[in-house]
Amino acid sequence: MKITFAHMGNLYITVKALLEDLGAEVVVPPMPSKRTLSIGSRHSPEFACLPLKVNIGNYIEAMELGADTIAMAGGVGPCRFGLYGEVQREILKALGYEFEMIIIEPPQGRLRHVLRQLGRLVGRNPVGKYVRAARLAWAKMTAVDELEKVVQRVRPFEGRRGAATAALASALKLVDEASSIVQVKRALEDGREMLLSVRAPEGDAPDPPRIGIVGEVYVVLEPFVNFDVERRLGEMGVLVERSIYIGDWVREHLFKDLFRLRKGRRPYDLAKPYLCHFVGGHGVETVGHTVEYARQKFDGVIQLAPFTCMPEIVAQDVLPAVSRDLGIPVMTLVFDEHSSDAGVLTRLEAFVDLVERSCRRRAAKGARG
Amino acid sequence: MAQKAYLGVDVGSVSTNLVLLNEQGEVLEKLYLRTRGEPIAVIQEGMRMLASAASGMEIAGVGTTGSGRRLAAVILGADCVKNEITAHAVASARVVPDVRTVIEIGGQDSKIIILRDGAVLDFAMNTVCAAGTGSFLDQQAARLGVPIERFGELALMSTTPVRIAGRCAVFAESDMIHKQQMGHRIEDIVAGLCEALVRNYLNNVGKGKDIRPPVVFQGGVAANAGMRAAFEKALGTPVAVPEHYNVMGAIGAALLAAEEMERRGAPSHFRGFQALDMDYSATSFECKGCPNLCEVVNIKMGHEVIARWGSRCGRWDSF
Ligand code: SF4
Ligand code: SF4
Repeated sequence: MKITFAHMGNLYITVKALLEDLGAEVVVPPMPSKRTLSIGSRHSPEFACLPLKVNIGNYIEAMELGADTIAMAGGVGPCRFGLYGEVQREILKALGYEFEMIIIEPPQGRLRHVLRQLGRLVGRNPVGKYVRAARLAWAKMTAVDELEKVVQRVRPFEGRRGAATAALASALKLVDEASSIVQVKRALEDGREMLLSVRAPEGDAPDPPRIGIVGEVYVVLEPFVNFDVERRLGEMGVLVERSIYIGDWVREHLFKDLFRLRKGRRPYDLAKPYLCHFVGGHGVETVGHTVEYARQKFDGVIQLAPFTCMPEIVAQDVLPAVSRDLGIPVMTLVFDEHSSDAGVLTRLEAFVDLVERSCRRRAAKGARG
Repeated sequence: MAQKAYLGVDVGSVSTNLVLLNEQGEVLEKLYLRTRGEPIAVIQEGMRMLASAASGMEIAGVGTTGSGRRLAAVILGADCVKNEITAHAVASARVVPDVRTVIEIGGQDSKIIILRDGAVLDFAMNTVCAAGTGSFLDQQAARLGVPIERFGELALMSTTPVRIAGRCAVFAESDMIHKQQMGHRIEDIVAGLCEALVRNYLNNVGKGKDIRPPVVFQGGVAANAGMRAAFEKALGTPVAVPEHYNVMGAIGAALLAAEEMERRGAPSHFRGFQALDMDYSATSFECKGCPNLCEVVNIKMGHEVIARWGSRCGRWDSF
């Protein structure tokens, strides 16, 4: 049995560690590319959301490499995410692929349920082995998130264009190859060193603009579909933060009910004046995080959304009010399989200009007043 | 000492515009050319046309904008390369200093820019939908047998514009044909089409934007008095069309170049008019480094590669 799964940013490092440590044979799909997207779009319903299309492409490319089992996380709520598993199964079946699909649902409570589902994937294992695998995977996930945060902080100051991105790739490779928690820790330290060393010798440019990224989780986390917004902005000299990291997503999906952890209510409270009910997906979080970035005196917020994504459309409708009330510029970028590099770049450049010109204005005012 | 001039170049997929500004930011010379899918040749042609007007002047700064801004920048040796939004906003704020809304409809796309106190506050751009662009209006004028120059004038003669569904270019077109067959007067159809396009623009590009007067309307389509009237009717406020409405992007690029030169205090990178007779070419190859198969473009001057772009991962950016 060769297991595969869909890509979402660097999530593959975590999933691969977990499954391999449990003794499974894993086929990581090729990183999403134009080929992935075109295969996925060709075989998906026109109106399906972008993430579904890229997922289909991932699965097909992985099956071309010999994968025969697909693992995926389910979803909850009125959002279409909950149907992904079934729709994808049907699409792939209709294309004549032979495979097994295992949908790991956020269970209504029991750890035993998740273990049973995992057990179907990897065969029976003693509980201790699960614990060890989970701890290693968790350590890797935390390390990846940490490295992604470090790269955001150094990229605007890199001495040579692309150096931070290259350092991140090497650092991630170290994490990916680590086979024990100690090694993961060392990889994280080495990776951090490599990243910090790319800064220009002249020192950091003073007071760069800060932009927060919010929106639908998949397009926020997957650089292929968002045309590398983070890298683009960083290379324009912007300090970028995003509202969600892989760890947040995993915690939310797998452990919310499981360990009966209450999710941090903050984004919900902050969004309340604008949006007071659950709209599926991450619509409420998008609004709440925008409010939060405004309060933290960010210079701007960019919302990323897949075309036709209902939760984000609802959020997009209320964002102009947030922007006006709190005086923070907000731009929405919508992605589909027809999005173009040039269009995205022009908008990003214009938004950075807007933000910089208003920064400069504020600085000038501050100096005068 | 030679008089200083700033050159602004806006290269779009439909038109390529060039302007020369004096130090006061006044337009000395302007050109509006068709790009015809050959941006390099058109830039060279335009520069040749400008050369005589610019004789005796010192080109003190060069700015480029538009979808071909990088290409124009390497060919000319630009000092400042800016996106279209910023360029249009800067030009507009120069003409109408207290402008709060800029409506720009060009041949290939449309934008809205919201300004406050001379700075851009918000913007949106439509690059996918054909309805509402200059090219669409041209097509419909041709279909109705009305020369595009008379289109606006005709629209103004209408007393009862016909309501045309303007949600999408395809619907608008078929609905228009339908109204024509029903025997509506041509001026009412033309006026109805303008209103439909304005509605479409306001619902798509202008959606959620805080549109306040003064409003400036620019881009090629601003020549159309019918469109201007339809905007005034829909917004309930006068809409100003600047004198150089169709080259505002180029003007903005030149103004930004002037600003940049002042900040930099070093000489311009302009290659000079003679350099334009060099043999420039754009060639492309497919990178096989990964399944993205990027189309990487090489810009050559003679045999030397002077610029390269198109790779998603940035691997070909430096050379
Ligand atoms: S959140 Fe948006 S993109 Fe994701 S499944 Fe729901 S509708 Fe689709
Ligand atoms: S340029 Fe980079 S992203 Fe594009 S095909 Fe080559 S390796 Fe892949």
